[in-house]
Amino acid sequence: MQLAGSLFTDTTANMGNQIATFPDFPSEIRAPQGTVAGVSGFQIHFGTTGVHSPGDAPDVLIAMNPAALKANLSNLKSACTIIIDSDSFSKKGFDKAGFEENPLEGDLLSDYKVIEAPITSLTKENIADLGLDNKSMVRCKNMFALGMVFWLFNEPLDQTVLFFENKFAKVPLIAEANIRTIKCGHNFAETIEALTSSFTVLPAKKQPGLYRNITGNQAAAWGFLAAAKKANKELFLGTYPITPATDIFHELTKHKWTGVKIFQAEDEIAGICSAIGASFAGDVAITTTSGPGMALKTEAIGLATMAELPLVIVNVQRGGPSTGLPTKTEQSDLNQALYGRNGECPLIVLGASTPGDCFKWAFEATRLAIEHMTPVILLSESYLGNGAEPWKIVQMDELPEIKSVTSSNDDSDWEPYKRDSEKLVRQWVPPGTEGKQHRIGGLEKKDGEGSVSHDPMNHAKMVQLRKDKVAKVADFIPLQKFKGKDATKLLVVGWGGPFGILFGAVNELQKEGKDIAFTHFNYINPLPLNTAEIFEKFETILVCELNDGQFANYLRTQFPKFKFEQYNKLQGLPFRVDELKEKFNTLLEAKMQNI
Amino acid sequence: MECILKPKDFASDQEVKWCPGCGDYAVLNSVKKALAELSIKKEDVAFISGIGCSSRFPYYMETYGFHTIHGRAAAIATGTKLANPDLSVWVISGDGDALAIGGNHFIHVVRRNLNMNMILFNNEIYGLTKGQYSPTTKRGEVTKSSPHGTIESPFLPGELALGSGSNFFARVPDTNVKLMTQTFIDAEKHNGYSLVEVLQNCVIFNDNVHESITSKETRDDNQLVLKHGQPMIFGKESNKGIRLNGLELEVVTIGENGVSEADLLVHDAHTQSPVLHTMLVRMKLPEFPVAMGVIRDVEAPVYNDELEAQIADAIHKSKFQSLDELFQSGNTFEVK
Repeated sequence: MQLAGSLFTDTTANMGNQIATFPDFPSEIRAPQGTVAGVSGFQIHFGTTGVHSPGDAPDVLIAMNPAALKANLSNLKSACTIIIDSDSFSKKGFDKAGFEENPLEGDLLSDYKVIEAPITSLTKENIADLGLDNKSMVRCKNMFALGMVFWLFNEPLDQTVLFFENKFAKVPLIAEANIRTIKCGHNFAETIEALTSSFTVLPAKKQPGLYRNITGNQAAAWGFLAAAKKANKELFLGTYPITPATDIFHELTKHKWTGVKIFQAEDEIAGICSAIGASFAGDVAITTTSGPGMALKTEAIGLATMAELPLVIVNVQRGGPSTGLPTKTEQSDLNQALYGRNGECPLIVLGASTPGDCFKWAFEATRLAIEHMTPVILLSESYLGNGAEPWKIVQMDELPEIKSVTSSNDDSDWEPYKRDSEKLVRQWVPPGTEGKQHRIGGLEKKDGEGSVSHDPMNHAKMVQLRKDKVAKVADFIPLQKFKGKDATKLLVVGWGGPFGILFGAVNELQKEGKDIAFTHFNYINPLPLNTAEIFEKFETILVCELNDGQFANYLRTQFPKFKFEQYNKLQGLPFRVDELKEKFNTLLEAKMQNI
Repeated sequence: MECILKPKDFASDQEVKWCPGCGDYAVLNSVKKALAELSIKKEDVAFISGIGCSSRFPYYMETYGFHTIHGRAAAIATGTKLANPDLSVWVISGDGDALAIGGNHFIHVVRRNLNMNMILFNNEIYGLTKGQYSPTTKRGEVTKSSPHGTIESPFLPGELALGSGSNFFARVPDTNVKLMTQTFIDAEKHNGYSLVEVLQNCVIFNDNVHESITSKETRDDNQLVLKHGQPMIFGKESNKGIRLNGLELEVVTIGENGVSEADLLVHDAHTQSPVLHTMLVRMKLPEFPVAMGVIRDVEAPVYNDELEAQIADAIHKSKFQSLDELFQSGNTFEVK
């Protein structure tokens, strides 16, 4: 384990990271293996800036046996990733470590992201043909774990391969065994799409209260449970597994006790279609996916828009296009969310901005879907979904009731597409309601009556009504805020997941006395009513996003009178504070020179 | 007060727009009759269709209806049934809708066995798009999209369904309203996914495609109407039958070569093994009559029942009584 630690250290240092390490091995070279006293560990803390110590609590723990888990359990933060050699978790193994029951069963590790891998057996299987004895084969297993860590942190294998080639130049068999094992571990992690929680929690003052750690996907799942409860309806999830969204689905399957109905469909299309069918029948319906799945759901989103049924579609974005980078973060599905359907097909688009606030935005997405009778796309990101942060626990009675638009029995002039004047929404009348049998569908509807209509003027009217209905949502959402002084030189604009890092970077410059402000959007469509008023106040507007400028382009179409500068990153990685500050400073200095 | 509904009570105010002479009219009438006979309330029925001529069906029923998108009716119906298991849910689909673009949903909805009904209108052609071959078009047929004849083998819907684990499969001709009505009643009564294939005539693009099976002159000789517990007898003079010869079916004539009624197969729709059901489904002209009626009707675990049971069990065993308890469970910490 010490060797694995130092090899990873060398590579990360070579990649330009700051490093602090903490080798922690038993003083007795031959302390009894499998006992807590005999655990050999190596802790490394690395990063681009701000690494001053080995780090109090690791983001990733590799536990090659139950004793290693036991020894480190008290030192883990929630949502830490634990890689476990499942081969060593036999009854004998966890007895020896002093666990009363198998720690992989039960709730002990429920706060962590556990990746179980049969490391010993895969290691042996992979090099079985080399003719090494069992002991030599087993000795390679740490390299398997190291390979997995290299994958998790995007570090190249080359240097380690070179190390083994040199070190074991005289015993090429050992060199090959180690190299093959590290590659095998790397490939295994890629194959299972292993993810780590890489969310950066910036130090900020917290409101007093009761907290817990939560990942974005877990928070979203809980937000939906809360929303269904507040709508006094049953929750239905129709979905298909896809990285990095599946954990919302996993989390909800744990909570069938809430009555949530979960349907694992045969494909992405059936996932959303079942949700639409459930919404038709009066359930709070959601579907969860990532970019490629969104592409498949497109036609059905159009149906939900035409049928004017409430539906929440969660896209936990990953790098694209196509299969792209399944485990990496990106914000490049914004255009898809805003425009990716046939016909004039407006709907509500929201973006979550921290792991914890995925709860809030899942709740809000559901509220808007139900109260405005429309599909809502909630954009999350891999970085949020799998990231964790302390979350101030919400009390159910703090949350607003969600009121669906339903008809009363004495509503004698009821029609399926009759709208209220305030929100322009039709009523949600599910099958089973006596006397209000009606037919909906994807064909254009006659205004009011809801029957099929091919009338030209009716179509024009319906297109306008659907557009106005979504635009009117702006009357029911809060105004946009910004952080900074009025009439500053530079306004930094963000949306979605980069919130924390943008906030941190702006904050640091503000502390230095720089003339900079920050506004962050969660309501993407429609935008808050005062958006233009905020833009008015600033000389330069810089839109920062993890794509090639999709939000900036959207703002250009909405507000052609303003000039939007862009800062974009497309590496499958979040922004870094230092690169942002550098960009902000460049713009601030350019402005100075102009004066 | 018991409210007795008549078939016409199930008719919506919408003008039926199918072509004159279309087989769909007979299906519509049979469904209305079946629902009236089943005494189901109009508000408790949902017809969910995909895209195609037959998928206009929901508009003509005074029940709840959802005319959805191409191929996806079964997936949408699945959500509707799970949201409200008390509804009588009917999937309306055609051979193109269910077996081409919706083929994936078809095999999975059959396999999952929710308690719903599906009427598969099989006219072996795409009507709404004006006459292209479908997955059930016979090999060699000349259509708009196969001017030189098709070069692909068709699906046999029943064979595909049984291969996917179907527990209820029936086949009916659109010319026999009485048999259709009874079969739809049987389908609704079966707890599970009930698939009824209707051999339906498209009067415009594939007229008389089922003629040899359904015409007055030939129907008695060319159809075997199966009834559970009854010997497999057919023919104008009711003197022909189906016998098992080794591992194959054969047509025999009662009274010839020493064959008596006792030699004929007796239809067992309830036997778990799909082997004989598959053989019956595969019978085709001219060697065999085409099997009609309820070919398979067996009990199996029903998805929506099991889901409800799992939820009830989870509620019973839960350590949480409220979402507040869940949110505050595990490791929490106080910030002051």
